Amino acid sequence: MKNAVNREIPDELLQNGRKPFMGSGYYEGTEYRKDAPSVRVREKSFETKLLPSIREAVQKCGVKDGMTVSFHHHFREGDYIINMVMKEIVALGIRDITIAASSVGAAHDPVAEYIEQGIVTGLQTSGIRGRIGEAVSHGKLKTPAVLRSHGGRVRAVERGEVHIDVAFIGAPTSDCYGNARGVGGKSDCGVLSYAMVDAKYADKVVVITDTLVDFPNFPPSIQAVDVDWVVVVDAIGDPKKIATKAARMSQDPRDLMMAEYCARVMAATPYFRDGFSFQTGVGGASLAANRFLESMLVEKNYKIKWIIGGITKPAVDLLNKGLVEMIVDAQDFDVDSVQSIRDNPRHYEISVSQYASPGNKGAFVNKLDFVILAALDVDPDFNVHGITGSDGVLRGAPGGHPDASAGAKCTIIVTPLVRGRMATICEHVVTVTTPGECVDVVVTDYGIAVNPKRQDLLASLREAGLPLKTIEELKDEAYHIAGVPDDLEFHERVVAIMEARDGTILDVVRQIKPMKL
Amino acid sequence: MRLIQTALAGTLESSDAQVMVENAGTGIELSIESDVINQYGRQIRETVLETLARLGVENARVRVIDKGALDCTLRARVECAVFRACRIEKDFPWGGVIR
Repeated sequence: MKNAVNREIPDELLQNGRKPFMGSGYYEGTEYRKDAPSVRVREKSFETKLLPSIREAVQKCGVKDGMTVSFHHHFREGDYIINMVMKEIVALGIRDITIAASSVGAAHDPVAEYIEQGIVTGLQTSGIRGRIGEAVSHGKLKTPAVLRSHGGRVRAVERGEVHIDVAFIGAPTSDCYGNARGVGGKSDCGVLSYAMVDAKYADKVVVITDTLVDFPNFPPSIQAVDVDWVVVVDAIGDPKKIATKAARMSQDPRDLMMAEYCARVMAATPYFRDGFSFQTGVGGASLAANRFLESMLVEKNYKIKWIIGGITKPAVDLLNKGLVEMIVDAQDFDVDSVQSIRDNPRHYEISVSQYASPGNKGAFVNKLDFVILAALDVDPDFNVHGITGSDGVLRGAPGGHPDASAGAKCTIIVTPLVRGRMATICEHVVTVTTPGECVDVVVTDYGIAVNPKRQDLLASLREAGLPLKTIEELKDEAYHIAGVPDDLEFHERVVAIMEARDGTILDVVRQIKPMKL
Repeated sequence: MRLIQTALAGTLESSDAQVMVENAGTGIELSIESDVINQYGRQIRETVLETLARLGVENARVRVIDKGALDCTLRARVECAVFRACRIEKDFPWGGVIR
C-alpha cells in the first residue's frame, strides 16, 4: 500500500504490527514499557574486568549463531573496532550475525566479505557507505537492511524492536571496571553519545580501549555498572580520521551565496530573537551559514542559547566568542570540537536519546528553532533523500536529518539546484529519508522555495525581499539546465527498509539493475 | 569530416567530460563512462552521436569519460576533439556546423 509520503510499501513487509508511515507524530501520547537488558550480577569484591583479548571477550559474552552485536561510529572512517571484533567472531565459526551499528562506512569494507559469505545476515544502521553499501544494494545481504535515523535507532532499542545481545564499545579511555570516556587518550573522539543506549540496553557490554587509565575514569560517558568486560588493544582507530582537521570554510561562491540566503531566511522569521536554538549539518553551505549568522547576531546584540548536534569548529568559535551560551554535543567531527568538549565547561555531552529519540518523554530536537541541512535530492512535496548515490547504490546516511527536521520550528534544506548534472530538485527522489511535511524552506543557488503549508514563513520571507520561487519552478529550472533524467531501474527485491523515526516504514530500497546502454 | 589523427578534448574535472576521437573502421564506435550514466547515459549518447553527425563524422572510435557535464559542454568537447583530429586549427565554421 501507499504510505503518507506516497511510497509503495510491499504488503509482505507490513506484518507483525509493522505499519507504513502515517505522518509525523502518529504515536504522540501513546505509552509503552521499555525493553531491559539481562544482567550478570557481580556482587562480591573483585579487582578488574580486564580480559587479555577480544577473542576471549567474544567467548566470555557467549556470542553465538543468530546473535545481534552492536557498535558506534564515533571513530568514523578511522574505526578499527568493528573489523577487529568481526574478525574474531568469524574466526570462531559463528554465523548468522546481525550488526546493529550507529553507522558503517568504507573503514568496514571487510564486513562486505562476511555479508557475501552469508556470515553477516542482518544489518541495522543509520549510515551505510563503501563496499557494504554495494553488497547490500546488489542483494547480497540475506535479510533487508534496516536504516534508521539516529533518534530512530535509539527508539528502536528502547522499545526492544532491536535487542542487542552484545555491545562492543570502543573508547578512547577506560578504567579496569569500564568507566569509559571520549577524551584523555590517544584517539579522542570527544563524546560517546551513540554508545550510551547500547550500554544501557545490551545484555553484555564490552569496552575496548587503547588507553587504560586509573580507576575511576570520571566523569564517565559509559558507566562501569553497565559494563561486563574491558579489553585493551594497541589501537582503537586512526586518530587522524577520528578527529579530522577542521574543514576549511568554503570559498565556493555558490556555497557562500546559499549560506547567506540561509542566514537571511533565519533572520526573516519570528524565531530569530535573542536566545534561539540552532543546529547545522556539516555540508559546505550549511557550515558557511555560521559565518553570516555571526555578523547578524552581533548587529542585533543577540546570543544563541544552545547549539546542538554534530559539532564542528564554527560552533566552537561561536561559543568561544560568547555568541552562544552552551553547546550540547552528540558527536564531534574535528579536533576543535574534541578539544572544546574536553576543556570548555559550557560544552556538554548528551546521549543520542536526549538529542533525538522520538521514543522518550521529549528530546532536545523538539525544542530546536532552526536547523540547516543538506540533501541529495528534494521532490515537489519537499520529501528529502539522502541515502543512495545517483546510481542507486546505498552510499549515505539519514543520520540526525529526520530527527532535527521533525523537531525544528524552521527546517532549512540547502542544496545547489544542479550538482554534477544531477537535478537536485526533481520529480521523484530515489528514497525518501525525511518526509516533506518536516521541511519548511529549500534554499538553492537559483532561488528559495517555501513549503506551501508554511504560509506564515512565506509571508515573512517575501517581506524580507528574498528571491522566492515555487518548488515546481525550481524543478523546471533544474531540468532545463540538466535535462530530464531517466528513472533508475531496480529489481523487485527489497534490499533495505528505510524506517521513519517512529519505526513505521517510510520507504524501501530495491536491488539495483546493472546499467546497460 | 575525415579524422587524420587521434585527438583529445576536455578534462576529468567535475562537470566536464573528456572526449577522445580516433580514426577507425567503418561507422561510429562509441564508449561512454559516466558518473551519471543511469539517469543521463541515454542523453549523453544521443548528444554525442548528434554532434558527430552534424560535423559529418562517419567513421570514428569515440571514447567519452563524463564527469557530469551538461549537454552544451559535451557538444563543445566533441566538436573540439573532432577539429583537432582533423588538424583544423583556424577558420572554424562558427555558426555553421559549430553552433
